[in-house]
Amino acid sequence: MIRLRLQKRKPLPAWAKIVIPVAAILVTLILSAIPILIAGGHFWKSYYYLFYGALGTRFNLLETFVKASPLLLTGLAVAFAFRAKFWNIGAEGQLLAGALAATVAGVHLGGVPTPLVLPLVIVAGFLAGGLWAVIPAILKTKLKVDDVVSTLLMNYVMIHIMGALLFGPLQQPGSSWPRSAAIIKAACYPILMPRSRFHMGILIALFAVFVIWFINQKTTFGYRSKAVGVNIRAAHFGGINTTSVIVWTALISGGLAGLAGVGELCAIQYRLIMDISPGYGYSGIVIAMLGNLHPVGVLFSSLFFSVIIVGAQTMSRMTGVPTYIAEVIQGMSLMVMLIFLLFTEYKIKVMKK
Amino acid sequence: MSELLDIAFISGLIGATMRMATPIIFATLGEILSERAGVLNLGIEGIMLMGAMTGFLVTFSSGSIWLGVLAAAGVGMLLGLLMAFLAVYLGLSQHVSGLGITLFATGLAMFIYRLHFGSPTVPPIIQPFKQITIPLLSKIPVIGPGLFTQYSLTYIAWLLIPAISILLYRTKIGLKIRTVGENPVVADTVGVNVLLTRTLCLVAGGALMGVGGAFLTLAHQNMFLIDVIGGRGWVAIAMVIFGNWDPLKGAFGALIFGFLDGLQLRLQGMGIAISFHVFLMIPYLLTIVALISVSRKASVPAGLLKPYRREEKGG
Repeated sequence: MIRLRLQKRKPLPAWAKIVIPVAAILVTLILSAIPILIAGGHFWKSYYYLFYGALGTRFNLLETFVKASPLLLTGLAVAFAFRAKFWNIGAEGQLLAGALAATVAGVHLGGVPTPLVLPLVIVAGFLAGGLWAVIPAILKTKLKVDDVVSTLLMNYVMIHIMGALLFGPLQQPGSSWPRSAAIIKAACYPILMPRSRFHMGILIALFAVFVIWFINQKTTFGYRSKAVGVNIRAAHFGGINTTSVIVWTALISGGLAGLAGVGELCAIQYRLIMDISPGYGYSGIVIAMLGNLHPVGVLFSSLFFSVIIVGAQTMSRMTGVPTYIAEVIQGMSLMVMLIFLLFTEYKIKVMKK
Repeated sequence: MSELLDIAFISGLIGATMRMATPIIFATLGEILSERAGVLNLGIEGIMLMGAMTGFLVTFSSGSIWLGVLAAAGVGMLLGLLMAFLAVYLGLSQHVSGLGITLFATGLAMFIYRLHFGSPTVPPIIQPFKQITIPLLSKIPVIGPGLFTQYSLTYIAWLLIPAISILLYRTKIGLKIRTVGENPVVADTVGVNVLLTRTLCLVAGGALMGVGGAFLTLAHQNMFLIDVIGGRGWVAIAMVIFGNWDPLKGAFGALIFGFLDGLQLRLQGMGIAISFHVFLMIPYLLTIVALISVSRKASVPAGLLKPYRREEKGG
């Protein structure tokens, strides 16, 4: 009888860090061809339209960056939290909290000097998202409430808070739809490229990549946060205030997700609606894992995801494959990547007995 | 007259509680089975959605509602098997594997639904389950009509609570499952196949989750909507903790959630001038409060979240 065993292997050389994600993406695309073919799509044609739709024209390419910016921010949010093993599955709710606070600020700051408005809106969004994440962090550290469950449930609480406000105090006067009044002009992100939606939020997201890399690699806090993630007991006995580290990690993580909400509000929708996020917070989890929790990895995986999401629109129009193929590819890519990562640490050994 | 209304209200509320608790009971029992064997299955929300979609699709195509239930159980088992492959055999992080399955299954459910039905302006519907009135028992004043005029899946859920409880605490299989969940090394030493036991629990648990999801499209409603599960899988995860990994206590938690869910539906119907979103929020909010009240003395199965690899014993 032949048995298969997993055995630890020696660390792989540096080039593997590039080759493995690329290989994982290729395998994902091959596996995703199964539902595409079942849906009546043609392999090469479908993928041609997928990539053409995302990268083929100037507008589509810029649109891919527009789509990547919330994904990059939620991806960074999740990656930063997971690194400290704070299981923040609540980026979706934190994004909504950020959008909500930015709406309140963006609608009501008419009397404030114009240059101050946007910074205030951004800070409000960051803090709202951050504080919404601090609640489960405190519940985890002080009351041992499982963070996976609490952050998940708080997503639904936030959706309904938003619903109640959009049908109530925040509703646009005279409207019967659940939507807020438009934010004032000074609260809108500047558009940086003519004839596109390429906006300032994209630069904020890119800057966040650098900030998170800097915190992770160059600061004591980044070191402590990592230590808590590796072994919380050891970190505690090593003199690290683990409660404080987790709470601050949560604040930054939720704040990043909040910024994603600010971007969608101030550059895309200009008013709060119930559908402001099509699940960016959940996609952020996959993006973080796909990027191996490293900020630069997250940058590339968020770009990959936005290519898939933007391209799926064109593919769907041209081949009739439902746009939900994007979600299928996302889920598939996570599982494939996980398996690939496993085999960077382990090898299969065939044992005969 | 007002007294009559009150009795009708209470009786209706009892009925709604039972109905709304049903999918949570299925899902909670499924999750307890998995976690007692040492695997946290965060795929639950996606598995329920796939169950809801598959149950609806098969019922729609075949005209047989029980075939739909069976298909939902089947697809739950397959996804349970996928979870076992990732988290048990490959030993990947249970958190991440489960979330991956939820995202994958959510995408797949919507993809298949669109593929089959396109985007019609009016969602297609099926002939849903009819409620079954149990003679005599349903004649009990006040509580009778609510408790004993229910869907057959609700009765099955109630029978499953003692069944799973007996399985876990009174049978040899149950002892094996609990040992695998508490201390896989010991289980392995006495000759229990740890990986197989975990796999079977995930598969059986997946079937229950799938049926729980199908209840929502085959009984509670007669159509499939994308947000039909609405976080009920996550609520079930919370109920497992609330119930301290015990089927009876977990089902009790599900009943409380069902009561709150039923109550908010009734209150909405009464035209109170508070946004329905406030009512919708209550069950989730109180679930978090419930977690706060129990979490400090929770007794988590010791083997939970730990992948088992024989050659890394004790490591």
